[in-house]
Amino acid sequence: MLISEKQALTERVGMLVQKYGNSRSALIPILQDIQYNFKYVSDFEQQEVARLLDIHPVEVYSVVSFYSFLSPNIRGKYIVRLCQTISCELSGKEKVAKAIERELGIKFGETTKDKKFTLEYTNCMGMCDQSPAMMINEKVYANLTPEKAVQILKEVK
Amino acid sequence: MKSFFELIYCKECGHSLENPYPEFITCCTKGTLCHHDKNVDKEIEEYNKKLTYQKHNKPVIFIGMGTCGLASGAGKVKVEIENVLKEQKIKADIVSVGCIGYCAKEPIVDIKLPDGDRVSYCEVTPKDVKELIDTTINKKGIYKKKVLGTFGEGNEEVTSIHDNPFFKYQKKIVLQNCGIINPESIDEYIAHGGFKGLDKALRLMKPAEVVDEILRSGLRGRGGGGFLTGKKWEFALQQESEQKYVICNADEGDPGAFMDRSVLESDPYKLVEGMAIAAYAIGASAGYIYCRAEYPLAIERINNTINKCKEYGLLGKNILGSGFNLELKVKKGAGAFVCGEETALIASIEGERGMPRPRPPYPAVSGLWGKPTIINNVETLANIASIIVKGADWFASVGTEKSKGTKVFALSGKIANSGLIEVPMGVTLNDVIFKIGGGIPNGKKFKAVQIGGPSGGCLPESVIETSVDYESLREVGAMMGSGGFVVMDEDTCMVDVARYFMTFIQNESCGKCVPCREGTKRMLEIIERIPKKYQKDGNKLEQFQRFKGIIHLRRLAEVIQNTSLCGLGQSAPNPVLSGLKYFRHEYEEHLYERKCSAGVCKDLLVYKIDPKACTGCTVCAKKCPVEAIVGEKKHPHHIIVDKCIKCGLCYENCKFNAISFK
Repeated sequence: MLISEKQALTERVGMLVQKYGNSRSALIPILQDIQYNFKYVSDFEQQEVARLLDIHPVEVYSVVSFYSFLSPNIRGKYIVRLCQTISCELSGKEKVAKAIERELGIKFGETTKDKKFTLEYTNCMGMCDQSPAMMINEKVYANLTPEKAVQILKEVK
Repeated sequence: MKSFFELIYCKECGHSLENPYPEFITCCTKGTLCHHDKNVDKEIEEYNKKLTYQKHNKPVIFIGMGTCGLASGAGKVKVEIENVLKEQKIKADIVSVGCIGYCAKEPIVDIKLPDGDRVSYCEVTPKDVKELIDTTINKKGIYKKKVLGTFGEGNEEVTSIHDNPFFKYQKKIVLQNCGIINPESIDEYIAHGGFKGLDKALRLMKPAEVVDEILRSGLRGRGGGGFLTGKKWEFALQQESEQKYVICNADEGDPGAFMDRSVLESDPYKLVEGMAIAAYAIGASAGYIYCRAEYPLAIERINNTINKCKEYGLLGKNILGSGFNLELKVKKGAGAFVCGEETALIASIEGERGMPRPRPPYPAVSGLWGKPTIINNVETLANIASIIVKGADWFASVGTEKSKGTKVFALSGKIANSGLIEVPMGVTLNDVIFKIGGGIPNGKKFKAVQIGGPSGGCLPESVIETSVDYESLREVGAMMGSGGFVVMDEDTCMVDVARYFMTFIQNESCGKCVPCREGTKRMLEIIERIPKKYQKDGNKLEQFQRFKGIIHLRRLAEVIQNTSLCGLGQSAPNPVLSGLKYFRHEYEEHLYERKCSAGVCKDLLVYKIDPKACTGCTVCAKKCPVEAIVGEKKHPHHIIVDKCIKCGLCYENCKFNAISFK
């Protein structure tokens, strides 16, 4: 990483700490903010956050690795989360999953090479009555069929 | 028109946010008390009528814009309605409401003409919009094709919505305003009787009286455990501390439950009012709403609600001049199921990994940052305002002896009318599934209902007359949980369901205590081995392990139940235990006969081609990825069982229904 890039990141993290405060309880909001903007929390950012909150970097990493909405690895611009809950399973999640995998050319848990899509399973997002459902970033799509899911992904692309 | 705040906080009387007006809520609904300017009174009366849609000049169009509505295309319908109104130069108000609960029939559009009743239309598509507007607004008729019912008296032309079986057997306390009012408007909430509870509590009741009222009402926690809410508050009230906290648990992670989302989206003010009363009762001055990240719309709504309440002086310093302060904050979860457990939730707010800790001390004694804290679920808090307004006796008159009030259930799975319902405690499962839910679609047979998410259990037809209350459900091996209600038909394999829940719990186990971390993993392995196919050469070790696992399954389940740290671990084996209790024959069938009669467990299936129905079109042979299908053109084909990998492609692609599996 270039020194100028590092400085820019440090500055950004510093601003976030100012915004959310430097108490321990601000840790998750700060990480969420970073995740939202950069799609992942890099090692360097974790260290910076730890330094500014005056905690050990391992503590930051332990939080990042615990929550499924935070990620230490780079993720795609669009995060596709397919619900794997019982209602969705009963109404044909499997076929939708296969269709999505085929369309994006990746398996669940992977990111496309162009860093555009990350495919993941998620737990219930409360759309059980209109299952199967998936979420792309913050938008929810329900009543999916394999065709519909592929259509939605094409529109997003 | 001016808002309530502008009407009542007038300069003449000297009210301001620094000098709040204690009678604000009364004034909003009954007219000003402090000075008798008749014009203002009239304005308030007019405004109330407008807000409750009793009197308006233009037609009003309500569109259900909860996540469920949006997901089924309410956004497109709204755009289309706007376009048609513009085109035809019709003046009408469009109001976005929340979800009325009948999610299976979304998008739902209600239309109310100035002199008519509110009429509800369901499953409206953009194509319907033109005709709908034309018949209802231009010709003042009823668009019969999609009509659901009228909110007024039924007549020959249109039946009352209250006679619709889906609504007829419900009793709405928590969901009263959902789908009826605009969730973004504080004035509308006040006009519909909102904040009266807070008003009453602050002006007329002491904190101990509020706690006593809740205790007398018999309200129990709706999040799963069913602990008396009043007792919890009493503990917190008795603690002496400078700082206390109130937390709303909106981390609704149970598979199949979505009632909290609906309340947050459709009636967020009710929750905030409930929290404010709770905070007043225990003497808390700060509160958190911990909402999961999967509910973006709910987070947005609740943030908006908190800001509006602050503008009105209903949150913040010196609320309604009572000297009571409350700051509310929203904490966004980050996708961890275990954070629904109260001590894990506290850890998460503190910025730690969301892992539970041993209790006692209970949070009511030492919770957030070591201070006394009460944690209540969304549905519990949404009950509070009604109890304070109408009294504990009224609430206690609903329900059974030990379980008072109503319960919201989220119907999903193989049921005709999926959606959110609220029924008084004590109705039977049968009523919920067949009377309200409309039974099983496609003429299939009912097999089981899964209640209470991963902590609950699957109940078969033999106990379908069980009444819905905490004790009865526990007796038959399920639990109330948060109210997920997943109905399964004959095509569901119970071993597969058990496997699903064990996978879920094993993935979501936080890993702190051994019984839950290791035990659930071992349990999943045992369950997964059941439907596995024997190796062709008859691997004896595999068979041995399968039987050994089965023998130990129950004991393992009991160990996990007895020794896990938190409620999630303790209830983790429930799906398997209830499965063994009621569907033992199915496990045995899988084990001894190596058969899955529901046709779900792939390894046990045998695909067959019916020679009479097969025309020899060769489609299946071409589709088969392992060349397991042989046969000549125009002659019946045959599947080589040993080669078949049971992918199901042939079954999906056969146009003549010649392929079957068992």
